[in-house]
Amino acid sequence: MSPAQATADEALIARIAQGDRLAMQVLYGRHHVRVFRFGLRLVKNEQIAEDLISEVFLDVWRQAGKFEGRSAVSTWLLAITRFKALSALRRRTDGELDEDVSNAIEDTSDDPEVAIQKKDISAALRKCLTSLSPDHREIVDLVYYHEKSVEEVAEIIGIPRNTVKTRLFYARKKLAELLQAAGVERGWP
Amino acid sequence: MMAMRKKVQTDAPDEIEALLPWHAAGTLSARDARRVDEALARDPDLARQYAAIREEYSETILLNESLGAPSSRAMQKLFAAIDAEPARSRPSSISLSTRVVGFFARLSPRTLAVAAAVAVLALLLQAGVIGVVLMKHDSGSFQTASYRPADRQGASTSFTRSLEPDSTARALVRFKPDARMSDIAALLESYQATIVESTSGGMFQLQFNRPMSKEEVAGVVAKLQNEPIVGLAVASQ
Repeated sequence: MSPAQATADEALIARIAQGDRLAMQVLYGRHHVRVFRFGLRLVKNEQIAEDLISEVFLDVWRQAGKFEGRSAVSTWLLAITRFKALSALRRRTDGELDEDVSNAIEDTSDDPEVAIQKKDISAALRKCLTSLSPDHREIVDLVYYHEKSVEEVAEIIGIPRNTVKTRLFYARKKLAELLQAAGVERGWP
Repeated sequence: MMAMRKKVQTDAPDEIEALLPWHAAGTLSARDARRVDEALARDPDLARQYAAIREEYSETILLNESLGAPSSRAMQKLFAAIDAEPARSRPSSISLSTRVVGFFARLSPRTLAVAAAVAVLALLLQAGVIGVVLMKHDSGSFQTASYRPADRQGASTSFTRSLEPDSTARALVRFKPDARMSDIAALLESYQATIVESTSGGMFQLQFNRPMSKEEVAGVVAKLQNEPIVGLAVASQ
């Protein structure tokens, strides 16, 4: 995100704090897709992820006056999204979670082998990315897709900077193990 | 390669290795990016790992992009909830920093540049007035208040003031010859006062930014008199 857009986001928050509905529409338009995708990767359910967006931006509407600009608005949004996603996961019944886990297992066992048969390493890599644990998935997404710095990731997840770096390192190691299990050798580790 | 595998399997990442993903995403500081580039140039194993990271980076982006976008239901639900919220009658609980950011962010770059230039000019003018008058009256000797209302054209000679809070509370101040500009500016800020006039007798008329009763003005003037950079302070009309 450019400094210009970061400043524009803060101006929108200032207007939202004063009840500017149009400013909320603009902010929503800018960020709702990324919020949705970050939430979806955490909760693995489109319906829940859509409900999350509404909750996240409603929180922004209510709390805009308290935003102090110490981090980027996008970082603030992802931190709220993560909090709400984890709350949603805790509310779900064991039965629903078991179903999700079994679906994940099925995905893992079938598609990477199919992808290798078709020599599609990219697809295998993508499938293995979906098979990472929630902690590893979120940190990979925050760094690669949401382009968050070490400090921003630390703020969103609520862990120290060094833990951010080592957690991503071990996420990558796990990814390499999954790929190796699917027959993909990438020369690391 | 085998040594590299052994290292990775048993050890935590070293500093540069840990930064590789951020380098691929382009979110490192310039300094860290330079350090990583130098390390990659001299370490082929690190470069191979970096190539793998770049694959992960691009596939993560493709994966997330493939997740699609939410339906309009989410936005409808959001704005229905916003409409159900109590109306905001006034800007409430908005932090000063947010308001300041919002105000300046609304200005165009040209307007911001002009506003900044005017603010600097105002500061320089105020400092210049102080500097010129201090240079003219640097004898260092104590003088009784020599301000004579008759020195000012059309000025009232009466110092009688009502007991009601005065919305233009003022004081006359002479600064000591060795008073620094920065100390004078700090004093003005602490007393919430501005210099509105200077006199030929080397006095400055300060106007306070809030209404004050006669007693309050007297108290403030007494405090001013005790300031280290103030030579003399008296209440003024």
